[in-house]
Amino acid sequence: MFKGNFIQNLPKIYGTYTGGFFIFIILMAIAEQAGVSAKNIGVMFVAFTVLIYAMIGYLSRTIQVDAYYVAGRQVPTVFNGMATAADWMSGASFVALAGGVYFGGYTYMAFLVGWTGGYVLVATLMAPYLRKFGCYTVPDFIGTRYGGNLVRACSVFVLFIASFTYVTAQINATGTIASRALGIPFEAGVWVGLISILICSMLGGMRAVTWTQVAQYIVLIVAYLIPVFWISNKVGGGVFPHLMLGDKVQYLAELEQQFGLVKNSAADMKAAGVPGGLKYISGSHSGVPEGGMAVWKYLSLAICMMVGTASLPHILMRYFTTPTVRAARKSVAWSLFFIFLLYSSAPMLATLSKLALMDPNLPTGIIGKSISDVQSIEWVQRWSEVKQVFIADFNGDGILQLNEWFMRGDVVVLATPEVAGLPFVISGLVFAGGMAAAMSTADGLVLAISNALSHDIYYKIIDPKADTAKRLLVARVLLVLIGAAGAYIASFRLTSILGSVAWAFDFAMSGLFFPLVLGVWWKRATRAGAIAGIMAGILSGLFYLLWVYPKFSVPIFGGVNTPFLGIDHLRFGMIGAPVCLVVMVVVSLMTKEPDAATQKMVDDTRIPTGKAILGKQH
Amino acid sequence: MSNKDAYWNKTRNHMIITLVLWAFFSLVIFMFGSELNTMSFLGYPLAYYMTAQGSLLAFVIMLFWTANKQEKIDEEHGYSEREED
Repeated sequence: MFKGNFIQNLPKIYGTYTGGFFIFIILMAIAEQAGVSAKNIGVMFVAFTVLIYAMIGYLSRTIQVDAYYVAGRQVPTVFNGMATAADWMSGASFVALAGGVYFGGYTYMAFLVGWTGGYVLVATLMAPYLRKFGCYTVPDFIGTRYGGNLVRACSVFVLFIASFTYVTAQINATGTIASRALGIPFEAGVWVGLISILICSMLGGMRAVTWTQVAQYIVLIVAYLIPVFWISNKVGGGVFPHLMLGDKVQYLAELEQQFGLVKNSAADMKAAGVPGGLKYISGSHSGVPEGGMAVWKYLSLAICMMVGTASLPHILMRYFTTPTVRAARKSVAWSLFFIFLLYSSAPMLATLSKLALMDPNLPTGIIGKSISDVQSIEWVQRWSEVKQVFIADFNGDGILQLNEWFMRGDVVVLATPEVAGLPFVISGLVFAGGMAAAMSTADGLVLAISNALSHDIYYKIIDPKADTAKRLLVARVLLVLIGAAGAYIASFRLTSILGSVAWAFDFAMSGLFFPLVLGVWWKRATRAGAIAGIMAGILSGLFYLLWVYPKFSVPIFGGVNTPFLGIDHLRFGMIGAPVCLVVMVVVSLMTKEPDAATQKMVDDTRIPTGKAILGKQH
Repeated sequence: MSNKDAYWNKTRNHMIITLVLWAFFSLVIFMFGSELNTMSFLGYPLAYYMTAQGSLLAFVIMLFWTANKQEKIDEEHGYSEREED
């Protein structure tokens, strides 16, 4: 069924697939009723979905260069939207986003605006022009527009730093979910995750990744939305939570008043032995913090995430796969629509989860109840055992206060179905969704890195005479090596030192945003300007990160430095990107303007019709 | 002015309009977060609503609008790809 008219058959194929997935969920629900253990249901969910992805990956194998790099440029608009959404929404988005909103409230939601608003920049400044250009990779555009191997190598360098920072976190997430769902040690989970990722991408490159990502999107969105709607109905949030939780948000503000938002001292928490990584609610759910600094912190985080989004190569390269420029533009809109479905649900899930725990009128409410009662609840016991939730009776009154209840952010997504009393089949579904989200992003990232190395470094710089078979062999070997390196680093569980996913955005915006934008929008931008801009941007960003992040600054600079203008380690792109812009403009103006051929190339890039700058096979 | 230049001028102006709207929904309204939160929409405090859902929705609508508008500009200047796909 994957032969011949495959593209025209796509709606039918994925329709059947979605139907099949729902039947599988129903079968699992029946199995649960028949007494199959919760653990086995989790195993079956993950194993079944991963097997399907592997099958799609195998069926999409290819020996063609343009199929391997850009899926043959025939991915229809809506499907590319779904694939991009899966590419975009990582394990962290799926598992941690709602938890972030749960604890961080309004301030944290700068991430939501940042991770969606960036697509407006992608659509207006980048995607259609890069598609017209006809490049295989992001450095392919920079290398051809500015001309020369040095500028190409510089952009590969930035791509490598940004994407590798990100991929380690994704493989880590894949490992965490695989280990929890399959009941195996984390280190083994990482390698199971890696093998699943490689099966999906190795044989078919971009083509295989595209079709598995569409399948993964369907699983992850079903797995996210079913619990949200179900829980909403269970805890009285209404049939359509997105439109109906207004009163509940205001009610939460009243409950916060009633229970009191108290900040625990570090000493108290240490004395009580609160495990690391667990948090408690100390900020308001919907209230806006006062003051100019709070506004600036919100805006600067949103800016970094938006500009970073528009510079991340694994996202930009998805728009190289559409049949036309027009399709690339529309495809960005569809991508954001599919992303919106999940992102607008995360704050609703956070609200429902808080409501379930805090509302004294609900049977699930635990705040304000006696601690011994709470400790006898089954799910509290289960998650306490694995140190995901914790109770510390600071004031010794035997009643659970809001500031005495600790939990890990992930628990919001992973445990709320259980808390609200949903059957375990839903928790199994959530595991499958988390796995799909982590795998799809890891796939896209590993492919972005290995494609840049194989196409831009190996083929364009080292061996331009290599034949197709050799190029694809190199691409696949690099894919396995990059994946293995990511998994190797992830298996050390360095996440506490490696820091945050946000860094990938800051790196990408520091080194790639302005070279890409100016490459299209400013004809005067020169090769020397681009090289200087890229290196100045990425190095100043990196240096600032080392300077400002305590875990680096203490060993390197011998002390903790106060962030300049509130620009902390999450926002270091606010330093790198402006440096990149200024250096690039100044150096461009100091050097001779680009030759007529380059100017003509930019002119052609700006117009949707006509031949692509780079040939179909190059 | 050649057709190419006229096309690019229109495209650039369209880009600027889109980015102004984008800046309004992503940055400007959140400069006034605490003021907005005294108002409400669908029962949600307004600033909370915008960051949780409203701005996100505005971006989605904006992208479909901007793609359609750009297609019209393409057509006007004879750069439409309609026959090609």
